[in-house]
Amino acid sequence: MSREHLTKAGPDLRAEGLRLAYDQRVVVEDLDVAIPTGRITAIVGANACGKSTLLRALARLLSPQAGSVKLDGRPVHSIPTRELAQRLGILPQSPVAPEGLTVVDLVGRGRSPHQTWWRQWSRSDEDAVRDALRATAMTDLADRPVDELSGGQRQRAWIAMAVAQGTPVLLLDEPTTYLDLAHQIDVLDLITDLNRHENRTVVMVLHDLNQACRYADHVIAMKSGRIVAEGLPTDVISADMVEEVFGLRCRIATDPVSGTPMVIPVGRHHDNEDAVAVTGTAS
Amino acid sequence: MTDLLPARSVDRIPYRLSTPPISGVLRPRLAVVCVVLALAVFLVFCWGISVGDIPYSLVEVVQALIGTGDAGTQLIVRELRLPRAVTGLLVGIAFGVSGALFQTMTLNPLASPDMIGITQGAGAAVVAGIVLGWDGGLSTQVLGLLGALGAALLVYALAWKRGTTGYRIVLVGIGIAWICTSVTDYLMARGKQFEAQAALGWLVGNLNGRTWDHVGPLAVVLAVLLPGALLLGRLMRTLQLGDDVARALGTRVQPVRLAILFTGVGLVAFGTAAAGPVAFVALAAPQIAQRLAGTAWPPPIAAGLTGALVVLSSDLIARELISGTELPVGIVTGVLGAPVLLWLLIRANRAGSGG
Repeated sequence: MSREHLTKAGPDLRAEGLRLAYDQRVVVEDLDVAIPTGRITAIVGANACGKSTLLRALARLLSPQAGSVKLDGRPVHSIPTRELAQRLGILPQSPVAPEGLTVVDLVGRGRSPHQTWWRQWSRSDEDAVRDALRATAMTDLADRPVDELSGGQRQRAWIAMAVAQGTPVLLLDEPTTYLDLAHQIDVLDLITDLNRHENRTVVMVLHDLNQACRYADHVIAMKSGRIVAEGLPTDVISADMVEEVFGLRCRIATDPVSGTPMVIPVGRHHDNEDAVAVTGTAS
Repeated sequence: MTDLLPARSVDRIPYRLSTPPISGVLRPRLAVVCVVLALAVFLVFCWGISVGDIPYSLVEVVQALIGTGDAGTQLIVRELRLPRAVTGLLVGIAFGVSGALFQTMTLNPLASPDMIGITQGAGAAVVAGIVLGWDGGLSTQVLGLLGALGAALLVYALAWKRGTTGYRIVLVGIGIAWICTSVTDYLMARGKQFEAQAALGWLVGNLNGRTWDHVGPLAVVLAVLLPGALLLGRLMRTLQLGDDVARALGTRVQPVRLAILFTGVGLVAFGTAAAGPVAFVALAAPQIAQRLAGTAWPPPIAAGLTGALVVLSSDLIARELISGTELPVGIVTGVLGAPVLLWLLIRANRAGSGG
């Protein structure tokens, strides 16, 4: 761990004047963003709005054509790969493990940035893997091949790998994709634990607006490569914002369980004023 | 999903070998497989030396090797038979390790150097040398290296697109392999009969008439590249999880891939120069080793030992079991290696694991 990390209150991840493109196709233009330290941030937006691209750029998996991403004031592209990997972790969307690789082997690979040629498996590596398995409730499955697990277990195994990496910043690209509802909540609860108990700064791309409202402290809504709105879920989520960002008419209610905003889509077949009166919770 | 876990399950998490500041992981099954393979290689190595016009016992062979036998035996064993056995040993190790490197780098068992044009590149260059008349001890090595390197760089350059994925390397490599094979065929058809015959004998993979001149360059290259291959093993562990995850875990993906490429090419090129493109070893040995060791990746040391075992036993079979002629080793490796690989695949599928 670098000295900066110890002296600062927490990691400071921000981007300035970012232009991101794949070859000639510009996806994000002139974007500024600052990630709140020690909080959970959710990036939301319609398909192809550039939210995953932004996340990849924050994790330096994509080099910006202009502007820069800075971690604690240093451009991430000037930080040595290994050093950066000790401070910032990213779990890409739907990663694939080699056939037959066991959970414990996968999680152990999360320790790579802390290992050297001569120190390949130290006491602290072992402890970190054990803690990560426990935190994700994967200890019982440690010896099982990853490819034989259910979707939810598999995703928890990958998150365990990112947890074992021990970075103060954790970026997750659609961590709930392909999971059933119960496992989605399971994974999001786990991410909340990591944030609350270990004070990790989390940034995740999410599709489900209601889950974003419920689990994130800070929501960034993107459209066509721009940030349309950002802030507290209660401040950001409104019927107008959803219509602008997703092109979807909706009503906003209050989540009866968490008290956060809840988006109820209207669609073409259910535009019924009476139904709203019955729910009676439009804000 | 409970936090109360049986202690054993927690403690079975990798065995740690540690004498601070040095530490590593011990995988018991892999260690046992390596020891057994090494013993088997030593046995077949000595057995191979023992057979010939004057048969010796294994004891006599070992005595001659450590320098305690009678002078005549020592001369025959050390000067006449040892070079052939050592060439087989080193070529097997080189091909096995190289195959493990390529297969791990590309996440694809088909991407062994004998499938993606590296071996064929070396073959085409060496055949060109034989047919066009530049043959000679060292020039074969140099031509083999140049051919392999040329093919490898061509594959890498053509497969390049915002980084190089394993799948593209395989597809482009198969194309390059066919081009090199066509060049070789053309040279063979054009060449004079005697030279074409010589080239053909070399092309199937051959340990006949090897001398210390064949062993020297390969031994030097192995001494340099084998430690390199083992060091790269650590970086390949993250590469197996895909480029994005590898980068997220602090691996510099493209430089590591290039280092793997050059190490693997060097091993194949010098192996090919010493014994010809011995079929199937680079493809099958890492896969056999992986299934024996029960790992999710081809383990380099076990792959090298398996390669040596396949080449040495094939040579023994070629010389002994098929009486009369001394078949080139390459004809047997395919016949021997394929059933072993198929058997392991079928067994793994029945057990419902591996694959």
